[in-house]
Amino acid sequence: MSAVIDRVLEAPQAPGHWRRPGIEKAAPAAVFARPAEGFWRTGALASAGWIALGLLTVYWPNKAVGFSDWAYTDEFGIAAIAIGALLLLVALLGTRAGRVARTLRPAGPWLVALPVLFAIWEIATAKLALLPTPFFAPPQSLIETYIDDWRRLGESLAHSARLLAHGFVLGALAGFLTGVTIGWSRIAGYWVHPVLRFVGPVPASALLPLAFFFFPSSYAAAVFLIALATGFPVAVLTWSGVAGVNRNYYDVARTMGASERFLVLRVAIPAALPQVFVGLFMGLGAAFSVLVTAEMMGVKAGLGFYLSWAQGWASYSNMYAALIVMALLCSGLITLLFKVRDRVLSWQKGTVKW
Amino acid sequence: MVATAEANVRQAGAQIDIHGVSHWFDVPAGPLQVLDDIDLTVKPGEFVALLGPSGCGKSTLLRLVAGLEPATAGRITQDGAPITRPDPSRIVVFQDPTLYPWRSVWDNVALGLQARGVLKAQRGRVDEALKLVGLTDFAKAFPHQLSGGMAQRVALARALVNDPQLLVLDEPLGKLDSLTRIAMQSELVNLWQRAGFSALLVTHDVEEALFLANRVIVLSDRPARIAAELVVDLPYPRHRGHARLAELRHEALRHLGLDATW
Repeated sequence: MSAVIDRVLEAPQAPGHWRRPGIEKAAPAAVFARPAEGFWRTGALASAGWIALGLLTVYWPNKAVGFSDWAYTDEFGIAAIAIGALLLLVALLGTRAGRVARTLRPAGPWLVALPVLFAIWEIATAKLALLPTPFFAPPQSLIETYIDDWRRLGESLAHSARLLAHGFVLGALAGFLTGVTIGWSRIAGYWVHPVLRFVGPVPASALLPLAFFFFPSSYAAAVFLIALATGFPVAVLTWSGVAGVNRNYYDVARTMGASERFLVLRVAIPAALPQVFVGLFMGLGAAFSVLVTAEMMGVKAGLGFYLSWAQGWASYSNMYAALIVMALLCSGLITLLFKVRDRVLSWQKGTVKW
Repeated sequence: MVATAEANVRQAGAQIDIHGVSHWFDVPAGPLQVLDDIDLTVKPGEFVALLGPSGCGKSTLLRLVAGLEPATAGRITQDGAPITRPDPSRIVVFQDPTLYPWRSVWDNVALGLQARGVLKAQRGRVDEALKLVGLTDFAKAFPHQLSGGMAQRVALARALVNDPQLLVLDEPLGKLDSLTRIAMQSELVNLWQRAGFSALLVTHDVEEALFLANRVIVLSDRPARIAAELVVDLPYPRHRGHARLAELRHEALRHLGLDATW
């Protein structure tokens, strides 16, 4: 009988196909990567670009702008040439470069574009001084900052990461529990929902002065505000996730003898998880914003503090350096969040890619 | 010999007695009556089909029997004990398979055992149930990878793993394509004959009701009351082209006010 049905139904997919659905990353760059061929042409082009950038940096003298010359100009040029040489090696080895080649190939067009962008930047700042100098720093000044000031930058990063972790984890937990509670219990919903609607939409940064006044330390105040900023979207989306669970999911479990506890833990929460992750994503974005604001306004440490401190001293290259670190931090954390989501929600198909 | 085997099997089914059940819904316009004085008995191991126009309240009657809602008036008992809440001895299979998309097929089938905390001791029953519906190879698949018919078979396995005494079927084949549907109807008869549970099926498909059930209860338009009772006195497995089925079909359509289409 089931043979008949199998024929009637669509043919079963190959086993490999349904092992880990939803997490294969659609790589648009893969269009550019040609399969198995000896010589990597895009790589060679990229190599030429990096070497040209290096030569340009080293041999075109910097334009003097009334203060001592930019440091690390030669180092920047030599680094670019080194990158070019390595790319040339990979390009020549082609498919024999194995994993390195496979990783780099999709990035080929970007590896060509980057030296061009760097060259434009380098020429506009150090070489021609087209852009006003203290405000626009050439790439090598970032190297200078990282080499001379890595300790302070590192401490700032660590401090920001710690503050963010405290605030985000607390906020996410509180938001999640609040969301589940008001989604599940009518009484909790009655009392908490209006408060959430009234307080939630207020930008957490607006509460900064108040929080600094109420809390024993500016750190505690910042943790509270980051938690608040994170908690609101997490709570709202968790709540809507729990409230939107197909009623039949509960009926099915109830007829099979499920307890209330089982319904919450095994039905409501897993069903709401996709929404919870959207909330976490939004919460993380809000947390970044509050983190930096708090560090600029009252917390005397962290990347935000470093930014306003650098601006106070008009050392703009430090500012750019800190901004890049901040971008890496934020982007890295969002990427991490999406990786966790892809793992947890591997049963889903067609989820948003990051 | 055959008779005793049958008698043994029959004990697995529950007796359901529905006495004078009426039910109203609270709607903005006031109470809306959906069931009107229903009296019905499902004997142990019997397959009863409720046939009626869509929206007549037959699914409501199933929810009451399953214990998901209390009846406004009247009494429903299982083997003499009143039904007040859902119980794993009465399992519902809904029109939508309502599989949990975050669980694999195996974990979906294991739901009832897990809910009652007996999964660890009875893991083998999940495998058995999957084998019963022929989906052993798909144990690790996720619901979105299944076709409609396969999903509904998983839902059946999820119900059968609980060894129900009453299987409540709420148009379980309603959304399948007609070929899958025909195959599933035969499969359902097989499962019912093997396991011996009582079955209460809601459908608006006359052929389906006559092909599957011992008795077909024809319900009127809302509020539903029993318009007729047809005994399908044919042995299983039945043949769709049987002359007696055609006769009964005519009768059923007449009770549904569709005589003109004959």
